[in-house]
Amino acid sequence: MMVHPAEELEAEDRGERLRLLALSLPSVLLVTIILLIPVGWLFWLSFSGPDGLSLVNYIRLYENTAYLTIFQTTFLISLVVTLLTAALGYPFAYLLSQLPRTLAILGLFVVLLPFWTSTLVRTYSWLVLLQRRGLVNTLLLKLGLVGEPLGLVYNTTGVVIGMVHIMLPFMVLPLYAAMTSVDPTLVRAAVSLGATRRHAFFTIFAPLTLPGLIAGSLLVFIYCLGFYITPQILGGGRVNLVSMKILENATVYSDWGAASALGVVLLVATLLIFKLLQKILPVERLLRRP
Amino acid sequence: MDDPTITHRQRLWLYAYGIAVSIFLLAPIAIVIPISFSPGEFLEFPPSEFSLRWYRTFFSSPEWMSATWVSLKAATLTVLLATPLGVAAAYGLHVSESRLAKSVRPLLIVPLIVPVIIIAIGVFYLYARLALINTLTGLVLAHSVLALPFVFVVVGAGFQRYDMAQELVARSLGASRLKAFLTVTLPQIRPSVISAALFAFITSFDEVVIALFVSRGPSSTLTRKMFTSLRDQVSPTIAAISTILILVTLLTAALILIAQLRQKPQRAAALAPVTAPEA
Repeated sequence: MMVHPAEELEAEDRGERLRLLALSLPSVLLVTIILLIPVGWLFWLSFSGPDGLSLVNYIRLYENTAYLTIFQTTFLISLVVTLLTAALGYPFAYLLSQLPRTLAILGLFVVLLPFWTSTLVRTYSWLVLLQRRGLVNTLLLKLGLVGEPLGLVYNTTGVVIGMVHIMLPFMVLPLYAAMTSVDPTLVRAAVSLGATRRHAFFTIFAPLTLPGLIAGSLLVFIYCLGFYITPQILGGGRVNLVSMKILENATVYSDWGAASALGVVLLVATLLIFKLLQKILPVERLLRRP
Repeated sequence: MDDPTITHRQRLWLYAYGIAVSIFLLAPIAIVIPISFSPGEFLEFPPSEFSLRWYRTFFSSPEWMSATWVSLKAATLTVLLATPLGVAAAYGLHVSESRLAKSVRPLLIVPLIVPVIIIAIGVFYLYARLALINTLTGLVLAHSVLALPFVFVVVGAGFQRYDMAQELVARSLGASRLKAFLTVTLPQIRPSVISAALFAFITSFDEVVIALFVSRGPSSTLTRKMFTSLRDQVSPTIAAISTILILVTLLTAALILIAQLRQKPQRAAALAPVTAPEA
């Protein structure tokens, strides 16, 4: 029996498409084996108690006030860092978006250079800067702003300063992208129609760049929630975040039930916020360019 | 300033703000470099005299050297694993119009979203059962998973700027798909592939959290060793290592920029593909 040439072509085409798709199989397998299966495993662990399926790990999280405090601290620090990066980042991105091209590129490098530098290097640097006899305290003393060195590190202050520094580029880049895509004639039109500069900024420019601000904030918040390195070093063990508790439970106490339950809560919170972010700004686009 | 309705003077506060934020952003990087040349046990700024003492300490320490070696090996192998896998996936998903492709894409981005600490304990739990703890293989596999999204996204963007018709022409003239890809497509997306490879390198080289779980003792990576020694003391050796790392970063960034500028002369913003924060 003769197969209709068109059908044959179509079948061939489908086979070809699947073969091409198969090119992604090694990557998919790698992610599945190294990431998805272990995380699924943790999920399962978090629901198992001494005798089978149970919520015991979650009940413990809920009942133990120490855990509650850790979650509160984590959320609070993430929120403060997000707000500070927004406060620092918005005017900075605005300035970049208004500068002539060459200066704007220079400004972008100022953001990208730290962005590229290892987190550990930057964390170390803050440790050096914020010490009791560090540069910041020396300057403050010399200027007579303080009578004695401030305790700027090994506490929440140090953690927040370090985290703001690490997170600022993640705020500035989406903001800059949002701001450069606003048509400048809109603002000028408003001004020429009699709006004050301030009025035009707040009624035209700011609302148009709001998606960038929200996207940047969600991104920073998500990263803060799971941050480990910088808060661990700059907190000097005095600031306890969810990530540290996960690590401690897993490695020090080998309490996998507690570690995985904490991990699941953190993951669920992250994914929920990420879903919001994805609606405003797909992460793939964010990665491609500012 | 392209806006005639406002003068520079009226914007002075904005410029001042911009300079202040720039200082905040750059100071931590700028400060480490001079400090690394200070002679004493205490970190001085500015250093009283120039000394290479801490560089000597670093280069003559077998532990630091072995950690550096582990990191270089892991990062190189991560590049060699993640780049081909990511390029193949990006190509497959770009060319295949299968509906499945849409659901595969987010899967490859997942490593960017899941907090590294969770990936780390997951990997630790898995590796403990597979005897992969403290092995280079284990480290490279985990780092490759982290690097994969960068390769995938950067190369995917490269494909979008490339006209696939050229490959079709080559095939219609008798080249096999593989040959057409290797001789026509690959040379043209090379800048993206090079950037992707550099991203993979930096991702692995800078990674700490996973290394904290799966590489200990003699198999510690450089950043892992830095992290643990930072918890104990603020040694100036770290300043020397940090300076070297900053130079490595600058070099990598410059190479990526060169690769991207060759592709599209007008885009200086190509450096932005994010190395996820080393959470």
